Amino acid sequence: MNKTRASGRTVGGLRTLTLQAPAVTLLMLWMIVPLGMTIWFSFQRYNLLMPDMTGFAGLENYEYLLTDPALWSAMGTTLLLVGWVLAITVVGGTLLAVLFQQEFAGRGIARVLAISPFFVMPTVSALVWKNMMMHPSNGVLAWLAESLGLPALDWFSSLPLTSIIIIVSWQWLPFALLILLTAMQSLDEDQVEAARMDGAGPIAIFFFITLPHLKRAISVVIMIEMIFLLTIFAEIFVTTSGGPGLATTNLAYLIYIRALLDFDVGIASAGGVIAIILANIVAIFLVRMVAKNLED
Amino acid sequence: MATLQLSNITKRFGDTEVIKGIDLEVNDREFVVFVGPSGCGKSTLMRMIAGLESASEGDIVIDGQRMNDVGPADRGLAMVFQSYALYPHMTVEGNMGFSMRLAGVPKEERRAKVLEAAKILQLEPLLDRKPKALSGGQRQRVAIGRAIVRNPSIFLFDEPLSNLDAALRVQMRIELARLHEELDATMIYVTHDQIEAMTMADKIVVLHDGVVEQVGSPMALYHHPRNRFVAGFIGSPKMNFFAVEQLAVSSDGVVVRLPGGRSCTVPVDGQQLADAEELELGIRPEHLLLDENGPLSGQIKVLERLGGQTSLYVQMDELLITIMADGDVAYRVNDTVRFGFSPERAHLFDAQGIALESLTQHPLAGLTRHDNRAPGQAAVHGAVSPGEQV
Repeated sequence: MNKTRASGRTVGGLRTLTLQAPAVTLLMLWMIVPLGMTIWFSFQRYNLLMPDMTGFAGLENYEYLLTDPALWSAMGTTLLLVGWVLAITVVGGTLLAVLFQQEFAGRGIARVLAISPFFVMPTVSALVWKNMMMHPSNGVLAWLAESLGLPALDWFSSLPLTSIIIIVSWQWLPFALLILLTAMQSLDEDQVEAARMDGAGPIAIFFFITLPHLKRAISVVIMIEMIFLLTIFAEIFVTTSGGPGLATTNLAYLIYIRALLDFDVGIASAGGVIAIILANIVAIFLVRMVAKNLED
Repeated sequence: MATLQLSNITKRFGDTEVIKGIDLEVNDREFVVFVGPSGCGKSTLMRMIAGLESASEGDIVIDGQRMNDVGPADRGLAMVFQSYALYPHMTVEGNMGFSMRLAGVPKEERRAKVLEAAKILQLEPLLDRKPKALSGGQRQRVAIGRAIVRNPSIFLFDEPLSNLDAALRVQMRIELARLHEELDATMIYVTHDQIEAMTMADKIVVLHDGVVEQVGSPMALYHHPRNRFVAGFIGSPKMNFFAVEQLAVSSDGVVVRLPGGRSCTVPVDGQQLADAEELELGIRPEHLLLDENGPLSGQIKVLERLGGQTSLYVQMDELLITIMADGDVAYRVNDTVRFGFSPERAHLFDAQGIALESLTQHPLAGLTRHDNRAPGQAAVHGAVSPGEQV
C-alpha cells in the first residue's frame, strides 16, 4: 500500500483527505450513530411501559439477558437455523448446478424456474408455505400425506424449526444455485476431458474436479448467506411467531420480542449488542476461511 | 508396439460433415503430425482417436483391436492438451499420479513412477508445487509427464506448444523430439504450425476441410506436393503461383509460356493434359533467383531485410510475388528487378489444382527424420544440382 495515499497526504498537488472526507464521514455516521445509540440504550433503564424508571442501569440489562434462558435458546436456534439452511442450500445448490449444467431440452426455462423462488419476498413465500403447502387441512403436503394414507402433519406445531428451515432453504437454494452455476460455467472443459482420459468416471470427476473448482464459489455462498440467515425474521414472524414456546425464536426475533412486545428498549439494545458480538465472531472465522480460499 | 489404423472415419455434427472419410495408417514408433488450417478437422480427428468424440462412421483400430466402443481411459492412449488441462488444486505430483490414484495403485508405487517420469522431464524439484506456481514451459512438461506416467501405447498431442512463446517453443520442440527417441513411443501430434510439422514428423498428414490432402515425409511434401493446397500450405513464405500458357508436351516435360513472353520446359509428366488446358506454375520464394537476364520482372513493393536473408515482394502484373534473396542485395523499394528459376524447381498444376508428377524424384524426398541421425546412409551425394537456368 502506498503510504502517501493511505495517510491522505498530498498526491498530485491535492489533499486527498479533503476529498475523501464527505464519503468517509457519511459512512462513519451511518455506522457509528446507530451502534453508539444501541450501546448507549443498552446501559439505560428504558422501558416504555414504565416511563418513570430511567437512568443509568450499569450492567443490569446484560445481567438480565445473560441469565435469561431465552437468550441461550435463541442463540441455539439461530445457529441451528443457519447451519441447516447452509448445509441444505450448499449441498443442494451444488448438485443442482451440476444438473443444470448438463445439456437438455428446455434447459434455459428450467434454469429460470429453478432460480425464481429467490425473487419472492420472504413474507410472501412464508405465507404461501403456511397457507398452501404446510397447512394441516388445505396444504399440498397434507393432501399428499393423505393420498398416501398417512396422517396429515401440522407442520408448525409438531416440527416448527424444521418447517422454518424448509421455507428458508427453499428461498436460498436458488441463490446458491445461481452462484454455483455461474462458477460451473468457468470449469475448463479440457480438465474434465483430461480426467476422463485419466480414467475418472462421473463421480470421480465430481469429487476431484468439479468440487475443488467450486470451492471458492461455495465459500462466497456461505459468507453471503450467513450474513442474511443470522437475521431471519419475516419467515418466523409470519408463520410461528417464534413459537411454540421459544422453539423458533432466534436472536433477531428475541430482540423484537423484548423491544416491541415487552417494550423494554434497554434489554433489547443489550440483545442487539450481543447479536453484534456473535455476528462478529462468526464473521472473523468466515472472512478468514473465505480469504484463504480466494487466495489459492 | 502400437499401431493405429483409421478406415473411412467420418464425423458429422448434425448435418455438417466435418471429417469426410479418412483412411490412415500409423506405424509403430512413428511420429505422425496432423497439420492443416484451423477448422480443417485435425483436432476433431485426434479427439475421435482419443475417444472423447465418437466417430459417426468408420473404424478406429489400435494394435489390431477395434476401439470405437471403448472408453477414452481404456484405449491405452494419453493426451496432452493445448491448455495443458492441469488440475489446479493438485500438486505436480498429484497431477501426474492422478490416473494411478484412480486406478488404486498403492502410494509408494505411484510415487516411484511419478519420480521416474519427473526425472525424464527434469521436474523433480517442482513436484510439490501447484500448477499456478509454474511457468508455461514447466506446465507443459507436467502435462507431458502426466501422459508418460500412464505408459500409453500412443501419445496424442493437441497443439501442445501453441501457448508458449517463440523461444520456449523451439526448446520444447527439441525436447519433444528427444522424448520421442527416449520413450520409443508412437506419437500423434496436431498442429497448425508447419515448422513444428516439418521438424518433428516422420510422417505429415495434411488435412483440409475434413479430407486428407496428402500423407508423406516432410521432404516429400515439400518437394512433391500432390496438389495446389499442399504446395501453398507447406513452406514459408508461401509458394508463388501464376498462370502460364501450355505450349507443348514432350518426354522432357511441359513447355510453358511465362508471363513476359519467354518459355521454359518444366520437367513434369504432361501426358494426361488436355490441349491448351489452363496451367498454373508454382515456385517457392527461396527458389526464385535474382538475375539480370531472368525471364520475369516486376517492381519491388516491400522489402524485408532479415539480415541473412531479404524478402522481396515484387509486383508482377496483378500478382505480388515473394522472393527470398540474399541478405546483401542492394535493391530498394520501387526498383525494377528481373528474376528467374531453375525449371526443375517449378511445379505445374492442372485446371483442377492437381500437381503434374515430376519426372525426377527429389533425392531428399524419401528422407525421414530418422535418416537425419545417420548421415551417409541416405543417398544424398550430389543431391541438389541446380540445373541450367532459364
